[in-house]
Amino acid sequence: MTDQPRFQAGRRGDEVRGDCWLGFDPAATGDLEFDFRSRVEVLYGEATRELLQELFASAGFANGRLSVDDQGAYPFVLRARAEALLRQVLQDPLWNAACEPVAGPCPPTVRVRPRRSRLYLPGNEPKYMLNAALHGPDAVILDLEDSVAPAAKSQARSLVRHALHSLDWGACERMVRINQGDAGLADLAALAGAPFHLVLVPKVERPAELAAVDAALGDRDVLLMPILESALGIENAFAIAQASPRNVALTIGLEDLTADLGIAKTAGGAETLWARSRMVHAAKATGLQAIDSVYGDVDDDPGFRASLREARALGFQGKGCVHPRQIAVVHQEMAPRPQEVEHACRIARAFEAAQARGQAVVSLGSKMIDPPVVKRALATVAAALEAGSLPTDWREREPKSA
Amino acid sequence: MTTTTASLHNAAGREVPAEINGRPTLPFAGVDGRRPDGRKAAPPIRSCADFPADGDKRVAGLKEALRRAGLRDGMTIGTHHHFRNGDLVANMVFTAAADLGVKNLRWFPSASFPCHAPLLKLLENGTIHHIEGSMNGPLGDYCSQGKMRGMGVLRSHGGRWQAIQDGEVHLDLAVIAAPTADAFGNATGDRGPSACGLLGFAQADAQYADHVIVVTDNLVPFPCVPWQIMGQNVDQVVLVDKVGDPAQIVSGTTVVTRSPDRLRIAEHIAAFVRDAGILREGFSFQAGAGGITLAFTLFLKEMMLEAGVRARFVRGGSNQYLVEMLEEGLTDYILDGQTFDLDGVRSMRENPGHLATSPFTSYNFHGKGNFASMIDVVVLGATEVDVDFNANVVTHSDGRLLHGIGGWQNCLTSRCTVLAVPAVRDRIPVILDRVTTLCGPGELIDVVATEHGLCINPRRTDLVEALRGSKVPLLDIRELKTRIDRLCGGPPAKPRLGEEFVAAIQWVDGTTIDGVRRVVG
Repeated sequence: MTDQPRFQAGRRGDEVRGDCWLGFDPAATGDLEFDFRSRVEVLYGEATRELLQELFASAGFANGRLSVDDQGAYPFVLRARAEALLRQVLQDPLWNAACEPVAGPCPPTVRVRPRRSRLYLPGNEPKYMLNAALHGPDAVILDLEDSVAPAAKSQARSLVRHALHSLDWGACERMVRINQGDAGLADLAALAGAPFHLVLVPKVERPAELAAVDAALGDRDVLLMPILESALGIENAFAIAQASPRNVALTIGLEDLTADLGIAKTAGGAETLWARSRMVHAAKATGLQAIDSVYGDVDDDPGFRASLREARALGFQGKGCVHPRQIAVVHQEMAPRPQEVEHACRIARAFEAAQARGQAVVSLGSKMIDPPVVKRALATVAAALEAGSLPTDWREREPKSA
Repeated sequence: MTTTTASLHNAAGREVPAEINGRPTLPFAGVDGRRPDGRKAAPPIRSCADFPADGDKRVAGLKEALRRAGLRDGMTIGTHHHFRNGDLVANMVFTAAADLGVKNLRWFPSASFPCHAPLLKLLENGTIHHIEGSMNGPLGDYCSQGKMRGMGVLRSHGGRWQAIQDGEVHLDLAVIAAPTADAFGNATGDRGPSACGLLGFAQADAQYADHVIVVTDNLVPFPCVPWQIMGQNVDQVVLVDKVGDPAQIVSGTTVVTRSPDRLRIAEHIAAFVRDAGILREGFSFQAGAGGITLAFTLFLKEMMLEAGVRARFVRGGSNQYLVEMLEEGLTDYILDGQTFDLDGVRSMRENPGHLATSPFTSYNFHGKGNFASMIDVVVLGATEVDVDFNANVVTHSDGRLLHGIGGWQNCLTSRCTVLAVPAVRDRIPVILDRVTTLCGPGELIDVVATEHGLCINPRRTDLVEALRGSKVPLLDIRELKTRIDRLCGGPPAKPRLGEEFVAAIQWVDGTTIDGVRRVVG
């Protein structure tokens, strides 16, 4: 057994795909020597060696022995793993390897937008990141917290940074879940300059915790979504909701909450009904969106649907997803029901007719419709169109009798 | 070792070996470019007077049967692959041949699998000269490295039948593994302790080989019914302990994918079939084995229930999901070419709507029509597809020969052919400028379905038109290729290949559509 290299980054093993492991022993003289194994040697072996050479040169390391076990890592992963390794060598947690974007610029931050589904992506696993946006979630969450092992935290920062810079996230809102406390602030420092829209702050219990995050974000146009995961957090929900102008939504973490309460989490969820309702009220009272926790059993479709119906009935507008297959189900279940859509279409038609006639007052038959009702109806029509439950030619279709 | 470097250009613009194992190559002349004439091959005339009047053709042991069959150097032996990776008989045959000291045999399997890796040593010692048939796994790798004495020849299931019928391959001897047989040689695959379903691939061997040996581990008193193989074609019957492991017929073929990207591909194809108007009362489809196509079947089933339509027939590779559709009345028939799991075997035995077919009925170039061209939609896989919709199903992008053609080429004649492929697999792009090996011409491939969306062959303006208003994401295949290249850091380097041809890829009509060169390093 040879000695382990002094510096290491990345992952190796039978299950690893689309990732790589790097080991490095610096030397004072000589060239950069490779001990190189790659699943894609024929197709990209040469290109990969060139890229690594270039990255090491950019950090000022032209000498030493670099061991590479490449299981088909894409360039953004190679860059991230090299960055994580070189940060150790340079003892500089903020040293950055150059990124190479494969998509257009990040769209601007939008405060009011649907957040029905947000797909969790473990921050140290590149293979799930690659096509996440294709599945059409409203948001992706690049997670640096619970899905990343403590020993992998720092290299996950590099991977998340490169993924945010490089991958095509389409129309998804780009969210990052940071760690608690100082580790979370270090996460943000490592992600300085990376394009994202929103930070999920875990286990928030007091407004002051948000102030620290707020300050760390400086003048960046980045939103916040605090996660309430303890009895104290729930009790302080209203104050937390008001604690930062960046807040756009509150969400809840039921595993940690039930642990904090010292009770078992049940499928029915009766034990957290009060906490969830309390959070919904705090959110609505402060003009924020209320977003529910995740449903962990990916294979239990009926259970997932039931939990979505309950969440919607309680006033939640979205749910976390742990698997892309859950996204379409969330969108279906969070969409307005047929009777609601039908009624909303009737109001929307009346509204458009009134506008065409230059009238300010909207009426349906002999009944006048209040502006907030019109606004809600238009939002319902838009949501139904978004969910695909309303045909695009709904205006031409005959309304059913009331 | 013979090496062939002389080449010809065929109508697809591919370089193919000028000769294949001593025969001049017929270069591919276009999809419908060849019309051979003459008469079909036929086995020698026999007389019943030379066979036992009591119908007992049993012989003690395979070695004795091979000796009686007059096995000698240079002969061609056919075997079938209905046991897929569980076949035990091919190894027995060539081990016995080696014991008899016979050399330079041509093995003509309908496919070979990793379970045949023990035959590598018989390729090394010259018992087997070369393989003409699909090579899955280690045998393909061996061939890729240029170690085989002759050139590998890969044919589709229908192409194998065509080669036998028009004399391109003369079968001296067929050895047919049979899960149940009687002493007269009637045999079936649908019952017995090693039941594997049907024996369709072996029917050409039974009808055209000079000499036919049935090997079984379940001898029943005459008559063995149903007789998928007719005893009238059989010379000898050999009883052995075990012909195959039916548990291995399922390997890698019956697990529905859990990958979200692959499920997305499957769901999009099903939605395409619905939105393009293919899903209608009395339609037909075929979905090959593999995770994506199985998932497609399940999505399609949901859509059939929703739309209230039934299929008239589906073609298998049967599996539990097709069997469920048959049993639930969602299709009138399964026309089965090979059973992919034990539910398929049971259904074939018990359900009169589950029919055993063969490459002759479905895929044969010299037949008077084929079932394959009557199918409304077929969903297949591929290792590579290029921007002209040409596809590869036998080699990887590094040039190594690792898969067989199966019925893939034959299925391309369906009314709508969909290839279900991830656009990239762990930095191995599947969408390329030009496929490493051409197996199917782009003019026969209508849709390439990837996780990024569906690319419709611009020739199929009717499909593009039919999909107006559908939510299935469509994109241009060249745009998709650009997207994948960007992700991978540029287009991949070409495989490192030598000059020598190690294998030829035959088109369904017996012409050569591409050559495979030795992999270097």
